[in-house]
Amino acid sequence: MAGANVFEVLSPGIMSTVQDLGRFGCARYGVAASGALDGFAMRVGNILVGNDENAAVVETTLMGLRMKALRDTVVAVTGGNLQPRSGREPLPLWRSKRVREGEAISFSGPVSGFRSYVAVAGGFQVAAVMGSRSTNLASGFGGFEGRALRKGDILSVGAVEDPVRFADRVFPPERVPVYASPWRLRIVWGPQDDHFSEEGRQTFVTAAFSVSPDSDRTGIRLNGAAVGRKPGLEESIISEGILSGAIQVPGDGQPIIILGETASGGYRKIATVVSADLHLLGQITPGDEIRFEAVSMETAVQALRELQHKIDDFKRRLSLNEMKQPRISSDGMPGP
Amino acid sequence: MGDRSFLVELGEKISPDVNCRVQQLMRQLQDAQLEGVRELAPGYRSLLVVFDPLAIAPDYLRERITEIDAHPLSAGLPPAKQVAVPVFYGGECGPDLEAVAAHLGTSTDEVIRLHTGTIYRVYMIGFTPGYPYLGELPVELAVPRRSTPRTRVPKGSVGIAQRQTGIYPVESPGGWQIIGWTPIELFDPGRPLPSLLEMGDQVKFEAVRPVEI
Repeated sequence: MAGANVFEVLSPGIMSTVQDLGRFGCARYGVAASGALDGFAMRVGNILVGNDENAAVVETTLMGLRMKALRDTVVAVTGGNLQPRSGREPLPLWRSKRVREGEAISFSGPVSGFRSYVAVAGGFQVAAVMGSRSTNLASGFGGFEGRALRKGDILSVGAVEDPVRFADRVFPPERVPVYASPWRLRIVWGPQDDHFSEEGRQTFVTAAFSVSPDSDRTGIRLNGAAVGRKPGLEESIISEGILSGAIQVPGDGQPIIILGETASGGYRKIATVVSADLHLLGQITPGDEIRFEAVSMETAVQALRELQHKIDDFKRRLSLNEMKQPRISSDGMPGP
Repeated sequence: MGDRSFLVELGEKISPDVNCRVQQLMRQLQDAQLEGVRELAPGYRSLLVVFDPLAIAPDYLRERITEIDAHPLSAGLPPAKQVAVPVFYGGECGPDLEAVAAHLGTSTDEVIRLHTGTIYRVYMIGFTPGYPYLGELPVELAVPRRSTPRTRVPKGSVGIAQRQTGIYPVESPGGWQIIGWTPIELFDPGRPLPSLLEMGDQVKFEAVRPVEI
């Protein structure tokens, strides 16, 4: 199925990539998951425009992305508020909006959060590589030609019947996550928390860490009080598999929260961010402050259940609304 | 690790036996096709099992892993693939060869002889897609990492550090001592098997002399 051209990139901004929920089952080849760093915002965006939750979206960082619509379409911008506009008009976040051919959507910079997601009805159409449409930046495959977007790139969209029916859907504002520093991230201890001194562990859950400007899609680097390991232990361990949210502590005691572009590592991991808070990692901005709070496995799974409920409940409401309302097709006549 | 993975540790040290157990457990879990298991990431001595805690109860999965680990495959593992890797040693291809020889107090020829004289096991693929961690390097060849890592190591570079050797599949940063270069393509996402080498494979380096033109 050849896609139709939908957007031309006028400016890629700081960094914009095509992502889905990630590439799984390839860790044995050293291939990291990649994928949208704020998976919650990305999934809601897709649901708003009537897509499968795993459809490819554009993830853009901080500011500067401008894309011109090459046809009438429906988009949803979710995630951090980077002040999106459609033409001169502000484009409201967390709702689907019709964009007309010739209009440009643009992002002028952050009010809150760090990354925005642009979902388009039909999904951005790029070839799946090793089962995913996410961009693997380290090896240059997947996504749009295996790289970040550049000026002049033409993005295409999957075929979808009457996309306008997906316009003006709204994600309940009370359920929109709050992206604000200081962040409180919940963690589960381990796997190597016992390699750290009691003092080191205490420091980890009591100190405030600031986010270093060196942070990128591979990891969030933190500065703060050193998290000390037990005496006599070497800096590194034998390499092992790793996943996003794992918090490794190199020799200098400054933690790094691993994000989606790393499949293995050789540093000790004191703790791992709970699944329910992973989406927040995509919105943490250099200069922000982070504190960690240890929770039990049960609390962590319950928090994930609550987050999933927000998605499930939203989908249920949408399908109820659709049953109640007669379908209006794009030319204004009642549908079949 | 966290609320969505178990790090199953199968031994303390680097050894072919421990690594074979990792390989075997991975194969068994793959065959078990447990609902909710999203990823199996093997390491030298551990297997990271990533799952969706809403799709499979963590306690149930833990029990299943323990049970499966207690009953190793009777048939064992399929025979390892053997791969010969041609290497141009030294010069522009291996900018650290001279320094390595000097550090070890030996000749560059002796470094090449030692590096090509061992059949290495692929312990794991990691760092970047297709990057093989090979071991163990003869103890006479053990050198520290470079004190300052390079920001760009060319694709195809063959490196050594401590008791390990490896090959860079794409240009990337790297801190290992680069002693040679190979033209072989280690990773191609378009191939049915994207990584040329897999855990458990055997690698033999072969020295090639540049053809004089």
